[in-house]
This record gives sequence, C-alpha cells and structure tokens, in this order.
Amino acid sequence: MKSLSEIETVSKRSSRAAGFSWGIAEEVGKNIRILEQFGLGGIKNLNYYFRIIKNKNFEKLHLIKDENKISKKEFCPIIAGLSFLDQVRSLEVLKEIKFEKIAYPLLFLPFISRASEVIGKKFELKIDNRVFLLNFNNSIYSNSLNEGVVEIGNSVLIKFKENEDSFEEKEWKELYKLSENTFVEESDSLKQAGAGAGLTDND
Amino acid sequence: MKVELRNPNTIMKLSRLGSFHQSKLSFLRSFLKEFKDWEYKRDLFDLNEFGYGVAVYSFKKDNRVYSLICFANELKEKDRSDRVIATKWDAAFTLHDGVPTKKDIERLKNEVPKQEVGRLSYKELTLSRANKSVRVFDHVVESLSNGVQPDIGLLSKVGYLYRTTAVYGSGKFGLADRFRIKDRKEICGPFRLEMMLVYLVRQFTFDQVNHVAKNKNPKKAVNLDPDICRNLGIGNSTGLGMAPFIVNHPTLLNNWIYAREVALKKIREIENVESKHSELFKICLKKSIKNITSWNTESEYQQKKIKSLLNDLNIFINFIEKKFNFSKKFAFNEIYLWLEKNSEEECIEYIVSMMMEPYDSIINPLINTMSSDEEKYFNIPTNRTVLELKNILEDKYSKILKIDFLKKENNQNFWFISRNKEEPRLADRFIENGSDLEQPLAIARDIKKLYESLSVFKNSSTIDKFLVSNSDLRHVVRRAFIIEKFPYSEIQDNTIGKSIMPIDMLRLKLSFFGALKFDPRSDKWLRICMFQGAPLPEQLKDYDDHWVYNSLN
Repeated sequence: MKSLSEIETVSKRSSRAAGFSWGIAEEVGKNIRILEQFGLGGIKNLNYYFRIIKNKNFEKLHLIKDENKISKKEFCPIIAGLSFLDQVRSLEVLKEIKFEKIAYPLLFLPFISRASEVIGKKFELKIDNRVFLLNFNNSIYSNSLNEGVVEIGNSVLIKFKENEDSFEEKEWKELYKLSENTFVEESDSLKQAGAGAGLTDND
Repeated sequence: MKVELRNPNTIMKLSRLGSFHQSKLSFLRSFLKEFKDWEYKRDLFDLNEFGYGVAVYSFKKDNRVYSLICFANELKEKDRSDRVIATKWDAAFTLHDGVPTKKDIERLKNEVPKQEVGRLSYKELTLSRANKSVRVFDHVVESLSNGVQPDIGLLSKVGYLYRTTAVYGSGKFGLADRFRIKDRKEICGPFRLEMMLVYLVRQFTFDQVNHVAKNKNPKKAVNLDPDICRNLGIGNSTGLGMAPFIVNHPTLLNNWIYAREVALKKIREIENVESKHSELFKICLKKSIKNITSWNTESEYQQKKIKSLLNDLNIFINFIEKKFNFSKKFAFNEIYLWLEKNSEEECIEYIVSMMMEPYDSIINPLINTMSSDEEKYFNIPTNRTVLELKNILEDKYSKILKIDFLKKENNQNFWFISRNKEEPRLADRFIENGSDLEQPLAIARDIKKLYESLSVFKNSSTIDKFLVSNSDLRHVVRRAFIIEKFPYSEIQDNTIGKSIMPIDMLRLKLSFFGALKFDPRSDKWLRICMFQGAPLPEQLKDYDDHWVYNSLN
C-alpha cells in the first residue's frame, strides 16, 4: 500500500511534469492525498486526466460566476477548482454556483472540500446524479463511492449550506429535557457559597 | 529587562545556521530524556558465527512497544559504498510499531535489505541501513577475540563501528504516515523515532562485534568494555538529500529555530544567575573542549572553523575566569553581548548552546513545541491585498530583495532530483543540462520575482486576482504568508548563488539532531557522529543529562 506521503509527492511531481506551475502542483498533491484519504480515486483520475491533456486542451476558468458555461472545450478541473478555492470568500454571497462540463470532476472535488474548511460552511456538490456532502474538509459523505474514473461532469452544482441545525427546535428541547436528568438540585447553602458569592453583580 | 529575539535576517543567514552546534534542544538528547524510563530489551539475537542474521531490540512502556529489527548480511568488499547509489549494505534496519510476529520478520527480511526498492507497511515507522567501518570493526574483533580491549586511539579517531548512510521515515517506501502516530505523547518531538532507530542500531553494533569475537575464539574472547562502548557512537554520511528538507518544511524550521531563540532570550533575561547554574555552565564549557580538540577532519573549510572556534573559546574562557563576575545582574546577557563583539559566529552559537545546559526549566517546555502541523498553514489567504503582501516581502526579505539575479553568479546553480536515485542534487545551470526541470528551491530568486510582479499590480487588488495571471509564483506567495507568522521559517540567503555552501544547510539540520564532529568531505556531503558518549540502554534509567561532555575521547 502506498503511503499518503508518497501519494502527495508523486502527484505533485507529476502535475509539474504535466505543465502546471510548482505552486499549483503543490495544491494538486494535497488534493490527491485528500481524495485517497477519503477513499476516492484520486490517483486513478489524475492519471487518466494527465493522459488526456497530452493531446487535448481544456478551458481554463479563472473567474467564477454563478453560472459558468464553456465556450468550446470542457473546463480543466484543476484550474476551475483552484479558482473556486481562491475566490471562495467573495463567492459566499451566492447560494448556488453552476458549472457546465467539467472534465474529470473528481479532481475538482477536493478544492471544494478545502474551500468548505476555509469559509466554515458545508457544501453540497452535485456532479450529474452523484451527490457529495463536503464537511469542512473533515469528511465527505456521498451516494457515489468507488466509481473509478469519472471522465466528465456535464452539470456540476455547488450549494452553499448555511450553518443551520439539522433538527427542529422541538426535537432539541425534548432531548435537552432528558439531559437535565443528569443534573443535581443544589441546596441553598451550596448556592450561597458558589462562585461570585457575596458580590453584587455590578461591582 | 526585556531582551528582543534575535533578528531573523542575521540568524537565518546560511553562514550563521552553518555554525550551529548541538544543545539540550537537540533531538537525540530529548529522545533519551523521553525514553529513559522505558523498558529496554534484546528480544532476539539470531546471528551466525560471522555475525549475519536477525536481531530484534525493543523499548516498551505500558501497552506501547517499538521494536528495531536488524538484518545483518554478508557484503563483498566491492559492494560496500556509503554513496546513495549503493544497493547493498552490511546491515539494514527498520523500526516496527509493536511486537513483530514471525510473519512480519519473514516479510521484512525480503524488503528491508532492499531499502529504497523494497516496500514497507504502515506497521513500520523508520528504515535505515549501515556499513561497517571495516578497519575499526575488524580491529575490535581481533582484539576482543584475543582477550584484549582494542586500541582506544584508533576508536577515538573514528568514533564508531558502523555508519548509517540514510535514515528514512514519514511515509517513505510505504512506511507509516506521520498522521498515524503524531498524537503519541512520547514522540511529540521531531525525528524521535529516527533517533530511536539510530540509538538501538548503536547497541546492535556492540552486540554484533562481541558475538563475532566470541565465535572466533570462544575460550579467550572478552566483551568490549562498556566504557569504550559508551564512547562510541554511530557514524553517518549525509549528502544533499537533507538540504531541501529545511526549505520544504518552513514552519518546522521556524519551530526549531524559534525554540532556540526563545531559550536564549529567556536565559539572557535572568536577572540573578544562581551560582550552581553558572558553575554548571562553566563545567560543561570546559569539558566540552575535548569534543573540539578530538574533532578530526581533513576539510580545510572545517579546520579553519575549528581553529577559529578554539581560539575564540580560549579567549572567552579567559574572559569568564578572570574578568567576569556572575553576580552582576543579567550575567548571561552581558556574556552574549560580549560574544557579539568579540567572537566569530561559530563561537557565538557554541556558547548559546552551552548557556542552555543549566536550565531544564526553560528548555524542557520548548522541546514539545518543536514539531509542526504544516497542513494548517498551506492555504493561501487569497482575500489579502497586493499591498499587504508587498509589505510582508519588504519587511521579511529586505536583504533578499537587494540581490541582483541578472548577475550570473547569483543565478549560477539549480536544484534538481536525480533520475537514478530520486535524490536532490545541485548543479551549475550554465554547464549541466536539466535546469528546465529545476526544483522550487530558489526561494530568494522567486521572492524577488514576486516582488517585481507585485510592483506593477494595483495595491488594492486581492491575491486571488494576482494569482490568476501569476500562477508561476504561487509557491512563493504561500511562503510569504507563512513567514509573516513564522519569522524563522526562511533561509535569508541565496540558495542558488555561486558561493553557496550546501553543507551549511546540512550542518543546521544535523546540529538539531545532536550530531557532533562535522567532517565535510566536500561542499556537498559530510560525515558526523551521533550518540558518542551517550549512556548505553542498560544505563538509561540513571544517566547524566550532560553526557555529551563526558566523552573519554
């Protein structure tokens, strides 16, 4: 089994060899490490992508908008992902961002996962019928694992998930009430000896 | 009195970093401190009469066990080489996490001797190999088998029976990634498991030499005297592989240097130095001179440095003995200021290391701050402005920005990874091929380029916009934001200039390892000795923390 350290180093060097700058290659190295750590096919997809780009150009998406349409060729997942990561703070005002045709979209995914950590919000990433919930780069939940190589994401959607509770207030209260059963009622003498005892609140 | 931390623009120059010496912060010393109360055991020693076979040594505490597995093999004279291109060695080692099963040992027997072309698993933590100093090893076997102890003079001159030629860790060749073990309290200092491997290898070399001597002449042979053992270490040949490490791990480098600088600052701020502390400082200093007078090297570069160090130390000792009174306030600050005026860098840094000796209370807490979680600082804060980045560069790289990289001598060399051994190398870009595959280690040049590119960009623009058209500078943009938080994270020198001494980079790292007797064999590789004078495993429970200065050599 390859270590994550080996995976990161080889991904970085191969990205440089494929024509990316060292700074971008460093980002790709980190990303493939993340994909493999989360059990997604980072090495496999990167390898296939680098095979293809020898003979085919992809469109470089440098400025992310709410709707991103290709002019001719599919978007490069690395440049599109990097632009998203770099611009995520200013994109936060948008609720959803759509992309048309991203090549090898699994290579796009770790940038979004890292962006989730940067702004402290969860993202829902939809690549056609695959859904990924990206949790602050701590975990990835998905209905699509072990898919191998995904050559194209025809319709890619990123939803910014607001930091909201996943439950209703009523449910919270019910559970809170149950938790109160671990508390002990204090006697009057203990209350009087507690922290701040003897002081007035405005001294 | 408040003393400022020393200026990174001075301390992070290569000539200064290349003058660092071991100290109480050094990793081999902090390793011994951490593991002194662990249970040491030789679990297996299955060598034939010539010393070839398998041995296992372990350290155990509570439920945790670390086991060194040694494979000693016959090596033909023509195959013995310390160079990284070698493919066979006298012995190969791995540190296994836990107690190895027979199956583990069988698996590792096929992989560990192959080193870089073998495959390890997440159950192995470090990997190494070593060659005998044949002259010394044979002499010791011959002497012991005849019932006499070996020639101390010869042993002192060399200092070891074996020298390692590489020690690998952190995920190389399938070894466990650091994230798997980083939360273990006992290894929170850097390179602790690498130090453990080297320390246990040292014990293996003694056991092996005794075993071979005994088999040669069972009736007459004696064991190597423990005092002689204690004064032998493990040699190490180190090449350029180590140099890029300190460039590629900026926050880690910062944490090492920062710990040293904080230690010095706190010691200089001591108002009244207790006499027991000043005495200990003086004792360590005087005893340590032996380590310098027994420092053998044929390198003119190093000989010059040793000569200057000895000269300065004699002047300093004379000053301390005859003209200095430790009862004055802030005595160590006075000493430091005197050194800055009267000594060369080599001596200044030597005394800085010595000043730490009396102060466990200052040093021990710092040892635990010397690792780094580098992932945390990887993302570039792209919402910052061009002006902010320019200010960082002007503040943190002021001397670098003055270098003219259009001059050939400032752009003479390039770093690359060799195809045959995947190891870093340095070459003249105007003579050798391959500069188009240059590694991103020309930080000074690229920082200057970044500054020039920023200068034509709107100050109020954010970094994400700058990066769209300047992706070739992304690696140094990242570094600049790191140095903003970590002032000692960057070498303040040109690592591709004509006059670069790469061994200064090696020396820096090795001083933090705790190496002694740097012996440069060229400007690109050197030999050192580790653990010379260190307590043997059986002596660890009650050892003298200042063992470095108690060497018989």
